[in-house]
Amino acid sequence: MASVSTSHPSNRRHLSDRAILNLFIWPTLILLIAMNIFPLFYSLYLGFTNYSAIARQIPVWIGFDNFSKILNDEQLWQYFATTGRYVLLSVGLQTIFGFAMAMLVKEKFRGSGLLTTLILVPMMLSPVVVGLFWKLMYNPTFGYVNFLLGFTNASAAPDFLAGSWARQSIPGLALTAVVVVDVWMWSPFVMLLVLSGLKAIPDYLYEAAAIDRASSWFQFWRITLPQVAPLLLIAVLFRTIEAIKSFDLVMGMTGGGPGSQTELIAVNLYRQAFQGQFRTGPASALAYIILIIIIAISNLYIRFLNQSRGEE
Amino acid sequence: MLNRKSLLHILMLMVFVLGACAPATPAVTEINILWAQWDPADYLQQIANKYEAETGVKVNIIQEPWGTFGDRFFTEMAAGGDAWDMVVGDSQWLGQGATQGHYLDITEFLVGEGIDKTVTPATLASYGEYPADSGTYYAYPTEGDADGWAYRKDLFEDPAEMAAFEAEYGYPLAPPETYEQLRDIAMFFTRPDAGLYGLAIYTQADYDALTMGVENAFFSFGGQWQDENNNVIGVVNSPEAIEGVEFYRSLYECCQAPGLSNAFFAEVNDAFIGGKVAMAMNYFAFFPALVNPEVNPHAAGTGFFVNPAGPRGDQYAALGGQGMTIISYISPERQEASKAFIRWFAQEDIQVEWARAGGYTCNINVLESDEFLNATPYNAAFAETMTFVKDFWNVPVFGELLLVAQTELGQYIVNGEGTAEEAMNAIAEQHDAILTEAGLKK
Repeated sequence: MASVSTSHPSNRRHLSDRAILNLFIWPTLILLIAMNIFPLFYSLYLGFTNYSAIARQIPVWIGFDNFSKILNDEQLWQYFATTGRYVLLSVGLQTIFGFAMAMLVKEKFRGSGLLTTLILVPMMLSPVVVGLFWKLMYNPTFGYVNFLLGFTNASAAPDFLAGSWARQSIPGLALTAVVVVDVWMWSPFVMLLVLSGLKAIPDYLYEAAAIDRASSWFQFWRITLPQVAPLLLIAVLFRTIEAIKSFDLVMGMTGGGPGSQTELIAVNLYRQAFQGQFRTGPASALAYIILIIIIAISNLYIRFLNQSRGEE
Repeated sequence: MLNRKSLLHILMLMVFVLGACAPATPAVTEINILWAQWDPADYLQQIANKYEAETGVKVNIIQEPWGTFGDRFFTEMAAGGDAWDMVVGDSQWLGQGATQGHYLDITEFLVGEGIDKTVTPATLASYGEYPADSGTYYAYPTEGDADGWAYRKDLFEDPAEMAAFEAEYGYPLAPPETYEQLRDIAMFFTRPDAGLYGLAIYTQADYDALTMGVENAFFSFGGQWQDENNNVIGVVNSPEAIEGVEFYRSLYECCQAPGLSNAFFAEVNDAFIGGKVAMAMNYFAFFPALVNPEVNPHAAGTGFFVNPAGPRGDQYAALGGQGMTIISYISPERQEASKAFIRWFAQEDIQVEWARAGGYTCNINVLESDEFLNATPYNAAFAETMTFVKDFWNVPVFGELLLVAQTELGQYIVNGEGTAEEAMNAIAEQHDAILTEAGLKK
């Protein structure tokens, strides 16, 4: 027994605190470097080359050529503009609807728990599945959307995903149809964050306002909105980043069409990087431009968020 | 007693002797063939099982969904991978596969053994030859395919419909022989109040669908993607090419069933099966579903016709289908084993079985046989179509050329933006720049 008890301390001495620390940290670090950091920097390097992942040729350094071509490509700027419209419409509407729904389910009533759960269902679905289902629902001959809107003659009805009404082209219709689906899917996410903010507002603030005979409108502007603003901004930040990267929903519904009405920048990036193109160098450069835009927008939001917190 | 050292020496000697006696390379007992995930790949597996029964060599058909088929193949090739011995690859991949060294040159094998003479010249050129007219072959034409048309015989042969059509257009209602007739018939059957439309054609923005659909009219109206020196300016945007594209737009505008603004083979077949259209353009490979009464309620009344001729009598169809190619990165033994499979597969009796299983053979004799022509309602149209097929570019930069065509054609045909002339001028200009940069203009 004595020998057993003395062997333990000597074994422990083999593994110092530093060794144990390394044992825990390095596997994670190696994984992180291999799966995240290396690809991040390697793709940045590829952005400065003419590399194609299927060409069996080593990358050749071409400086800023890829970036210059992208920034001077009018068509790509159109895709950026389409993405901008999509983000503004989509995130704007999600904020309004998300906030409204949060206000609705904030109060406890019979079935409010069930209603909240049901509202959250769309955001739990796969975007590709949602896209394909809505594609069927938008179908002008058998889809529910036109039926609910009261159209029975498919030729005289809107064909949302074709961007036409009674066979006449309506610019922006297809993009709006995709926005509607994105709003349907992600407003619950905004609602969820806003709801947690609403529930954290202390009742005494409203009680004090009521004693001062403040109107509901005043209470909303001076108590509710400022209190919820930090969480609302986080929701808007997440949704903006996601909307700029939007890909699967659009691919499932329109494939970027008709023409290039719904060709978002992420869809075009996919086309350049894959789909028979494999223009890995230019695609990497484009991916970095998108990343820079996302970082810039995120920074603006974070500054605004910090400002709103500082005012509290 | 042997001591430990002696035992070690004996063991080493045994290993050496056994090593010397063993064959230099292990015999190939398994072949892997990559193909897209669809019915013909299952048919090929059935045929390949017979090969295993005859030779003991197991053949696995590895199936990859269409959407990632090209991505998976080319990324493996970029790594010089030998995961598969052969690929049944798209005709458009030929240039890339040949020039980047992925495909094995099998000219000597195909010509030396007379296999090249067993298939139709059009399919050998389209699926196997690169560069064009070079006499250098990289693939054995395996699954012939092209665009054709399905139509509702029950509507076309209805006496009341026939009389009404003849009264309106002045000629009898029958499968169209020209594009003008096709449009007349499509307009005649476009009856929104009855939920019936003239036709379903390709419009999808992804990959190549729209371009392949347009090609049917484009080629038949006299359009070309290039001249013999790979010049495109004045060729892609020739008056004939513009006329063909305008005509395709007119078909989309007048008679395409609603909801088909992003349609490929599945959507086109669905529209036909759902009774929404009188005619549907599709690859022959997707027609089996239309004659299956369990899938198509109009199966008994479904007929097929070849792509009609253009205004000047030219008649072409956009090529689909694939050829079987040996990967260059596999060992010489596996290359020989792959050739042995192609040799076996190319035999006429095996091609008869391939056709019976549902594969679209390119074998001349089988295509001309009564058994093949009468095997399905669409085989006669298929055999005729395979004599006038034409394809898109198959050079290494085909992907970039295709993206330009898809974008510009989509803007004009589906989005209704601009004119056909503007679209074709834009394609010509961009194609010229891509080909010049790639050094492909002669």
